[in-house]
Amino acid sequence: MNPPPSTLFTAPPEWQWLIVFYFFLGGIAGGAYVLAVLIDLFGDPLDRPLARLGYLIAFPVTVICGLLLILDLQRPLRFWHMLLQSETLRPMLKPWSPMSLGSWALLLFGGVAFVSFLAALADDGRGRWPRLAVLRPPGVLGTLVALIGGALGFFIAGYTGVLLTVTNRPIWADTSLLGLVFLISGASTAAALLALLGRRRARTSVTGLHALERFDSLMLVLELIALVALVVSLGSMARVWLSAWGALLAVGVIALGIVVPLVLYRRSLRLGDLSSSTVAAVLVLVGGFLLRVVIILSSEGV
Amino acid sequence: MAQAMGFFTDTTVCIGCKACEVACKEWNQLPATNGGANTLSGDSYDNTRRLDGIHWRHVRFVEQFTPDRSQGRWLLMSDVCKHCVQAGCLEVCPTGAIIRTEFDTVVIQSDVCNGCRDCIGACPFGVIDINPASGTAQKCTLCYDRLQVGLEPACSKACPTDSINFGPVADLKKMAEARVGRLHGQGETRAYLYGADEKMLGGLNSFFLLVDKPEVYHLPPDPKMPTRRLKSSTWLSVLGGVVVGLAGLVSFRTRGSRP
Repeated sequence: MNPPPSTLFTAPPEWQWLIVFYFFLGGIAGGAYVLAVLIDLFGDPLDRPLARLGYLIAFPVTVICGLLLILDLQRPLRFWHMLLQSETLRPMLKPWSPMSLGSWALLLFGGVAFVSFLAALADDGRGRWPRLAVLRPPGVLGTLVALIGGALGFFIAGYTGVLLTVTNRPIWADTSLLGLVFLISGASTAAALLALLGRRRARTSVTGLHALERFDSLMLVLELIALVALVVSLGSMARVWLSAWGALLAVGVIALGIVVPLVLYRRSLRLGDLSSSTVAAVLVLVGGFLLRVVIILSSEGV
Repeated sequence: MAQAMGFFTDTTVCIGCKACEVACKEWNQLPATNGGANTLSGDSYDNTRRLDGIHWRHVRFVEQFTPDRSQGRWLLMSDVCKHCVQAGCLEVCPTGAIIRTEFDTVVIQSDVCNGCRDCIGACPFGVIDINPASGTAQKCTLCYDRLQVGLEPACSKACPTDSINFGPVADLKKMAEARVGRLHGQGETRAYLYGADEKMLGGLNSFFLLVDKPEVYHLPPDPKMPTRRLKSSTWLSVLGGVVVGLAGLVSFRTRGSRP
């Protein structure tokens, strides 16, 4: 008989709902920024209001992310120990530890997202400092900010999966695909949120919304493929999901969060049916949340 | 650096007296469970159950009985932090709270730890947990304070059968190999060392003599470093980033309204 998987002999870190929410919102913050940058750099000028919305979402959500992480610490007042060595006050960084690198990335992303937030306000003629608009593309300075923030946004959306993999816990450490899955899901949920909020604004172009729906459809297909690959890569450990968790994954994440929205997006793109597109976006957000719930809490329960 | 110090725990002579658990709690001023109220496990004589933030030694009772209890055997093992040469907890700790000492042991500095709990999931043996009294991750320090003044750790000092042996790791390995040879000579051919080999996480400075498979003692058969998939999962995520970027490019590229 084969020996049992070694990840079954470890202890759960008890990362619970605060971390579930952080992983969900981190994906949205990073994804929204990345989408805003993609639209700003490659999109139609008509779609600039959508990109603006992305920047306006990214910064406040990042602030919430930081607060959730601090609250999850057993000693919240020592959160800065992640960034500075508490005795020498020298920078504390271990590039090979996703949590260490992620702490810095979140701080830096928060900073860049704040700059882009101000630039997005200024670009619209609001805010006290209209000159800050140069910090948003298409100018050279704005493009530079967007490229740095976009890279950090990708990191924020994906590193949480890598962080789970760099443990010894069942499921998390038994596959290399969690970072990829979270990254795609982050982009997908961010697109859904942008579409959902963008629709309520008069200045949003229909072509822009359709582009978001096409993008999200692509993400959903990729997410489905990545999830199947994830289950396969787990091998015998996938048996943990022969439980209510697996049912939640199949029904909540895959059926309601991926397959149904794909059908609805198709309907919306073909028939211009606004209500099905709204339902699709809501389902994508719910599915993205449930994905984190299943991945995090199913391992915590082993 | 001083010599690498460690434990050799010979499970064949452990009598399950728990003197090590008590001595550890006394010396390290660890609180009682449940405010001192006795909580029984209900299905075992082992009421400590596992290592955690307030139990840095745990005498594991492996109770193997036939359903009618006419046949049975006990295996007893005083479990503890393995003080791995390649320590997963130390590798991931984002605050630098976990350090390697001059005795080649692994110690969590309680005044630095902020309770992020990354080390708990990273430890291949499930050794670490939060001590609710301090709100920080804690585990065996191999009595770092006692070592610094030339004393041996409290648990091995208290062990009445010399199941727990303390000393320089090199000496302990010789002692352990001799013990395995003696047991084999006496007919106990199942005896072997767990973690004395450098193949297991560079060697465990706290290693064990066992007479059954590791999993029977609730030890992982093949413990690994948490970073073993760091590269593969990073590259796959980068690939994901490229694909998302390309998908964005295809979806949002200018559709002709630009002059």
